[in-house]
Amino acid sequence: MSTVFAALGPFGDAIDFIFNQRESQAGTVQVGGLGEIWELTWMHLKLSLAATAIATLVALPIGVWLGHIGKYQFLATSTSNIGRAVPALGLIVFFIAFLGVGFGNVCLALVLLAIPPIITNAYVGIRGVDRETVDAARGNGLTGMQVAGKVELPLALPTIMAGVRIALVSVIATATIAPLANVDTLGRPIVSPNVYGTAGQLAACICVALLTFAADAAMAALQRAVTPRGIKIQAKQSRSRGRRFATPKRSIQST
Amino acid sequence: MDLGYAPILAQLGDDFFSNREGAAEKCPGNNGLCLGWIADNFSDYMDPFWEHVLLSIVPLAIGFVIATSLALFAHRYRVAQPFFLALVGALFTIPSIAFYLILLNITGRGFGTAVVVLTAYTQVLIYRNVMTGLQEVPAETVDVAHGMGLTRRQIMFRVELPMALPTIFAGLRIAASSTVGIAGFAFFAGAGGLGGEIFSDPAFKGNVVTASVLMILLATALELIVLAVQRLCTPWERAVAS
Repeated sequence: MSTVFAALGPFGDAIDFIFNQRESQAGTVQVGGLGEIWELTWMHLKLSLAATAIATLVALPIGVWLGHIGKYQFLATSTSNIGRAVPALGLIVFFIAFLGVGFGNVCLALVLLAIPPIITNAYVGIRGVDRETVDAARGNGLTGMQVAGKVELPLALPTIMAGVRIALVSVIATATIAPLANVDTLGRPIVSPNVYGTAGQLAACICVALLTFAADAAMAALQRAVTPRGIKIQAKQSRSRGRRFATPKRSIQST
Repeated sequence: MDLGYAPILAQLGDDFFSNREGAAEKCPGNNGLCLGWIADNFSDYMDPFWEHVLLSIVPLAIGFVIATSLALFAHRYRVAQPFFLALVGALFTIPSIAFYLILLNITGRGFGTAVVVLTAYTQVLIYRNVMTGLQEVPAETVDVAHGMGLTRRQIMFRVELPMALPTIFAGLRIAASSTVGIAGFAFFAGAGGLGGEIFSDPAFKGNVVTASVLMILLATALELIVLAVQRLCTPWERAVAS
């Protein structure tokens, strides 16, 4: 087994770090091994999920409401433009420098990072609902709240979930620098190679990448699960007619 | 392996943010944020700034050529579409810091590694918008062009591509600002940039604010440049609007 790891060079060493404990660079503590990697992964996941959940609770009602009333498109699209221009590294470090370290502060910074894609996608999703369908619902006597909750929201769910998916993936990627706020995520071995060694650094990178792909796949499955049957049938029909493929989802729109 | 930031990271500890030497001395008043220090030391940020400019423009240019070629190919041969979309989507999903450090073990430290990573991230943003732009060209317009005797290649370069330009440029704008942001982590690959400055003294507010504001300004400037080029390239859009 160890000969296989040796053949892989630095990557083999990194995989070995994930499964087996070893001495730290200074030789004072034991680092690595499944136990510690799991601990770091769990903290990473906890931080990311908390930030994304809070961001969804804040951003989703705003986006749906903006989309429902159909005004302030500028507001909905410019949040994502501003969100993109603000560098993630700057935002996190800025928060730590001004508010101090700790789980809550870094979580708050990540929430700010996750809000723009969710608002934009909720807005775009709601606006993308067929106007005739909305008119029909109104004609049937549904109130504004009912139209938003029972017609627009379900039909917009795939696009909304795509926004949450983008947010979650970028939050997991950025939670890597949370150790700067003394929150020990998988970023700890990455920013402290003097303790964990380059093998630990690379091992953490591999774990973060795997975690991201797993979260992305989970969100994709969830996205498929919440897609209303009508939309799935529509997509299948337009495909079988061979006209064109289902149009790629435009998850981020820019004006 | 020589890690340029290791000495800085060696100081990381529980009291990293409360007990940093220097930060308070540099600018004792106002909790470490004062304009005087920024004005005095602004020239120190110029070199990382230009590194950052290169780290943003080079991947954008390479990424634009690759992604547009992929999209044109996929537009001509539709079988390729789902594969390309899955490929560029997967590239975008890889966390940036991990991407830099994993690639570092394969291609070595430096500018080239950072460019490869940043180019990979531009792909999905540009590809998706080129594809959408081409697909949104009205079928009637293409039919008319066909009826007028244009060949397939002529239709693509004289009708479809010009009509898709606004969407393509929108993608390029998104790619520009996000590349500036992701280039903030390029110091992990040993390519410098403003992110390295932020990371070198994250507890000193003056430093963090200066470098972050420069990054935001760079992102905004690049978006405006792309917007200006878009206006130059699509004069008919203004004619319709006015």
